[in-house]
Amino acid sequence: MTNNVVVFGSLRNRLAMILTGGAALLAVLLFFVVRAYATQIAQQGQDSILGASVSSILDAAVLRDGAVELDFPYASLSMLSTSADDRVFYAIYEDGALLSGYDGLGAVLPVQSGESMFTSTNYDNATIRVATASRILIGIDTPRQVSVSVAQTQDALAETLNRISRNVALFGAGFFALATALAFWAASTTIGQLSRLTTSVTRRGPQDLSPFLKPVPSEMVPLVGSLNTLMSRLDQSLKQSEDFIAEAAHRVRTPLATVRSYAEATFQRVETQENRDALRSMMRAIDESSRAAGQLLDHAMVTFRAENLEREDVELDGLLRDLVQRMMPVADMRDVTIDLESTEPAIIRGDPVLLQNAFRNLIDNALKYAPADTSITIHVQTKPRISVDVLDQGRGFLPAEMDKLAGRFVRGGDTQGHIGSGLGLTIAQDVATAHNGTMVLSNRPEGGACVTLQF
Amino acid sequence: MKFLLVEDNPELANAICSRMGLDGHQVDHAAKISEAVAFAQVGEYDLILLDIMLPDGDGRSFLKQHRAAKNDTPVIVLTARSQVSDRISMLDLGADDYVTKPFDHAELQARCRAVLRRKSGTAQPTTRLGDVEFDPVRGYLNVKGTTINLRNRELRLLELLTNAKGRVFSKQKLVDRLFSYEDDVSENAVEVYIGRLRKHLEGSSVQITTLRGLGYRLDHDE
Repeated sequence: MTNNVVVFGSLRNRLAMILTGGAALLAVLLFFVVRAYATQIAQQGQDSILGASVSSILDAAVLRDGAVELDFPYASLSMLSTSADDRVFYAIYEDGALLSGYDGLGAVLPVQSGESMFTSTNYDNATIRVATASRILIGIDTPRQVSVSVAQTQDALAETLNRISRNVALFGAGFFALATALAFWAASTTIGQLSRLTTSVTRRGPQDLSPFLKPVPSEMVPLVGSLNTLMSRLDQSLKQSEDFIAEAAHRVRTPLATVRSYAEATFQRVETQENRDALRSMMRAIDESSRAAGQLLDHAMVTFRAENLEREDVELDGLLRDLVQRMMPVADMRDVTIDLESTEPAIIRGDPVLLQNAFRNLIDNALKYAPADTSITIHVQTKPRISVDVLDQGRGFLPAEMDKLAGRFVRGGDTQGHIGSGLGLTIAQDVATAHNGTMVLSNRPEGGACVTLQF
Repeated sequence: MKFLLVEDNPELANAICSRMGLDGHQVDHAAKISEAVAFAQVGEYDLILLDIMLPDGDGRSFLKQHRAAKNDTPVIVLTARSQVSDRISMLDLGADDYVTKPFDHAELQARCRAVLRRKSGTAQPTTRLGDVEFDPVRGYLNVKGTTINLRNRELRLLELLTNAKGRVFSKQKLVDRLFSYEDDVSENAVEVYIGRLRKHLEGSSVQITTLRGLGYRLDHDE
């Protein structure tokens, strides 16, 4: 039963979560790696232009008459123009002293000459990239060190980076969405194997305990294997108990039948009242015990079948007609007639064996309590619900007991003269309940009992 | 009537034979399927009573064989098995009815009668007494051209009386035969049925004579 299984998580969700989580992690990682790489490339581009600019300025520096002379090549600054109108700063130092340009670019003066140094710093509320290079000018007297710094704001670079980031983010999101869809698909197909197994087990009739033979994925083989073992054990034990019940019934009933037949044959011959009475109570005891045994077995069988209800379309009117024909000889013996009143087919979903048993018990009861030369009526109704009344012209039920009579082993207070086990109405009620129906007991206004099964 | 009883338990078979003998029936007894087959081939039976669990096989296999051989002698199965599961397969295999052990002989008789009635065509051996014709299988009584459908106890009473013409039956004997021991009836109940039969037979050459203190006897003018 599904309702008492403790549910802990879902394989499908867990699988999907793991796959989706992995995809998300990969997407974020991709974003940062690509962005860092793009930043590096863009920075390298800016640096190489700045470096070229610095070295072209530095190349223009000459020492004339002991003074540093620098004819500023304008192309060296125009090469730095960008679409974002980045600002460009420069500074020229001679032996560490500012010769011309903007002060405070924070340039680190390189120790070695020839190579450019690059630094990033803040200047005038903007991030700037500073390239600095120096050169030693050998004069007549002393060598002079000339350093040049060129700096540029990074607006264009930031713009490019933002664009790249946006694209990478979009790409990452797309990758994530695709991976998620794939994850769910993969989880569903994997779990689908399990659901298929579940469906084919659920769809089986309750009596079908044959092993599961369809091909399954290797991971499910142990599960299906133990399921098959369980079913075969169940099948075996069911068969054993059914055989046991049949065998037990046979063992008990055959000797009872022998005693019963002898007693009856003897009863027909003996004349003394005393012996006749003895035989009479003997036969009564035999009938009591055989009836009780039969009803107990029936009740066990009904309980078993009701729990594993096999449903098929049952024509109630046809079933009742067969049953009436079968009960007719017994009714004849008592000069009681059975009338079946049904005008249209009444079809319900249910177990024909159970339904037959329930109605047999009701008709049996009616026969027991019906006086000779009366009739038992079975009335089938289809509207508003399908219901069957079994009516007799006997004494009816004692009003005080009506709600207790369906209990197990409960017999009416006025039934001493009749053989019974107190299980007939219990069986009928259990069968009705198993078919989502009810059993109602009532007394007819004109006298007699009425048992109604409503479905 | 002639019965074939297939039953492996000798005591039960004995008891059934002696009880059926009381009603004037002739019973052959087979203890195994092989014997039953031999009996069924040779003898003409009105009805076969068949047990299910037999030493050399299942009674159902006999039933199958029996039906396959186009033998249409009606079969009533005597079953001791659980009532719910067995009955359907039994009727499917071609049994005409079944009785669960232990059984009431009156019920067995009633079932035999019902089966024979269902199986019989129109031509039936009837008993003729003077100007009265009596069909015990179908329960018809024909008095001077008028057909009367007898109720069960009337039928059984008339059958008892006609089977032993001229014999005197005490009221007690008749009560024993007509009513189940369960029905706690007085001997006077017999008078009701005697009365009904007398009414049916009114004006015919058959009459039921009361012998004071002894019982009843069926007489008819030749």
